[in-house]
Amino acid sequence: MTAVPDIEFRAVTKRYGAVTAVSGIDLAIPPSAFVALLGPSGCGKTTCLRMIGGFEQPSEGQVLIRGRDMAGTPPYRRPVNMVFQQYALFPHLDVEDNISYGLRQARPRLSSRDISSRAGEALAMVQLAGYGRRKIHELSGGQQQRVALARALVNKPAVLLLDEPLAALDKKLRTDMQIELQNLQREIGITFVLVTHDQEEALSMSDFVCVMNGGRVVQLGQPSEIYDEPADLFVADFVGKTNLLSGKVAGLSGDLVDVALADGTVISARKRVPLDRGEAVSVSLRPESLSLSASGNGALKGIVRNRIFLGSTAEYAIEVPGIGSLLAKADHVIGQGNLFKPGEPVAIGFAAGAPLAFPHAKNNGTNQREDQNAEILS
Amino acid sequence: MSETGDKPDQDNATGGRKSAGSQPAFPMRGSLFRKNLMTALLLAPAALWLVVFLVLPFVAIAIFSVGERAPEGGYQAALTFAQYANLPARATAFWNTMLLAPVGALACLLVAYPVAYYLALRAPQRWRLILLALIVIPFWTSLLMRTYAWMYILGGRGIPALLAYVGIEDLRLINTPGAVLLGIVYGYLPLMILPIYVSLERLDRRLLEASADLGATPLSTFLGVTLRLSLPGVMTGFSLVMILLLGEYLIPTLLGGGKVFFIGNALVDLFLQSRNWPFGSAIAITLVLVSVVVLIVANRISTRLSGARRVDLI
Repeated sequence: MTAVPDIEFRAVTKRYGAVTAVSGIDLAIPPSAFVALLGPSGCGKTTCLRMIGGFEQPSEGQVLIRGRDMAGTPPYRRPVNMVFQQYALFPHLDVEDNISYGLRQARPRLSSRDISSRAGEALAMVQLAGYGRRKIHELSGGQQQRVALARALVNKPAVLLLDEPLAALDKKLRTDMQIELQNLQREIGITFVLVTHDQEEALSMSDFVCVMNGGRVVQLGQPSEIYDEPADLFVADFVGKTNLLSGKVAGLSGDLVDVALADGTVISARKRVPLDRGEAVSVSLRPESLSLSASGNGALKGIVRNRIFLGSTAEYAIEVPGIGSLLAKADHVIGQGNLFKPGEPVAIGFAAGAPLAFPHAKNNGTNQREDQNAEILS
Repeated sequence: MSETGDKPDQDNATGGRKSAGSQPAFPMRGSLFRKNLMTALLLAPAALWLVVFLVLPFVAIAIFSVGERAPEGGYQAALTFAQYANLPARATAFWNTMLLAPVGALACLLVAYPVAYYLALRAPQRWRLILLALIVIPFWTSLLMRTYAWMYILGGRGIPALLAYVGIEDLRLINTPGAVLLGIVYGYLPLMILPIYVSLERLDRRLLEASADLGATPLSTFLGVTLRLSLPGVMTGFSLVMILLLGEYLIPTLLGGGKVFFIGNALVDLFLQSRNWPFGSAIAITLVLVSVVVLIVANRISTRLSGARRVDLI
């Protein structure tokens, strides 16, 4: 199906004076998807969201909403609604008036019966029925969050924009809201675009993750793709925990490379981009892909330094001579006393496809364009 | 004794000191007493000032207002409301004041709001302080001097002389209600701009974006969010200017030339010229009551409209 994308960026660049916040982004967000824009602060993700909302105009390129170029269209004429960071609820209005604010702007005017029934539905949708006459300052953070959601969704936008919506909530509430947002998105069936710097949030909630860095899109894919097949060193390091081992390419064979690590050990790794013999590389090894054994033939040998027992799993910091500290994660099965103690020597093994080799240099494969503005704001 | 000592707020002069000395189990007592004493000492000068220069004169005026004029002028003890019954004799002064004070405050507001709006929301950050300073700087010169300057600008050799060059003859500006209004707006503008500026400056800009995001045009955003949330500042400025205008004396005298007679002018006249202290006192008391009512009403309105829990007017 070649549906028109809900949101499309065509070679969009945004500059603030001499600073380039977003540089040459091409991006199509498919309809009815939950998409996360993920990246460190200053990567341009919020700027992208604000360009969709109409609060910023691109310096170059086009932003399209459902196939329509939005150049020159002010925020109040765009078919999108935003849930703002810290919600930006109107303090002088009660909950219901906040929610019906958008409905009251509609021209031709809606009847007041329509407005109040739709506001009531929206309240019920976010499980705040009966809270209509409360003042905003009487609500908890989580309730304010729901009001902000209802206030945006009641207008039936084509796309809902969420700017770090969960950042101000505590961990327990955040987890609940993640599930609730997912359910809402499925129920309503419109596209949600979520901006977050929290990789866990992005992976757990969205259908697609768009990883951004330095004003560019580094990788767009499903969460498992992003995690298992990171496009470059930045993604591997930013998304999830990983061990990065530096080494040099010692041999090439098809998709695989042999990498000589600092201590002389040679391991076989998959490569994502072409590599040359002798090139300095970083090898990414996820903690959970490491297997530990007390006496076995692992590729690497080390000594347990710290153990962090987490119930279902245990994490180990392992000192490997000549290489440094590695993080390993092992499942814990009840009744099997298979925990290693600090000071114990262990052998570290891993599956053949687990290590991924990336060029060491900052400017790597995925960003083929000339890298004029790699360091943005940071 | 010991019962009163249990209430540290009330009688810590005895209870506080005693328990601090003899009962180390309550070390809070002594420090609380010391804290209260400090507070009292810090407040004393201001309290004394207010009692001597505000409360006592007010009581005196209140007593005067129910008295009689002594035959040779001044005050003669009595208990009569004749002075209050006589208030209509100065109806013109009341009428002028009651008209020009709100109209003046309103004119001030209409001029001040766009300035404050520009300063708070539009002016480039680095210019803001300079522009604010420019608004405040005239305050460094006495209002008397500046009002005299207006006398010359509006007087026969000022603007009317200039207009005569282009053929507009016999225009009279000085000694008109318009001149008084102009003087009022000029003199009180900073008092109106500053509180409005503060409330607009405090306005969360994201609320404006949220409003636009929800489909509100710039005009409805201004009316529904900006104006509503700046109302506390508007009401502060308005009541401040209005209350000062109720007692205004200088501007109507200099720019109104005695033709636009304010309550302030009536008071000067009654106390200094005709020496009818009781009648002057009755007018003064009435003026104070009107001011209090204005304050209360303004406070009510801005609390209701802004949705705030509490509004500090001044």
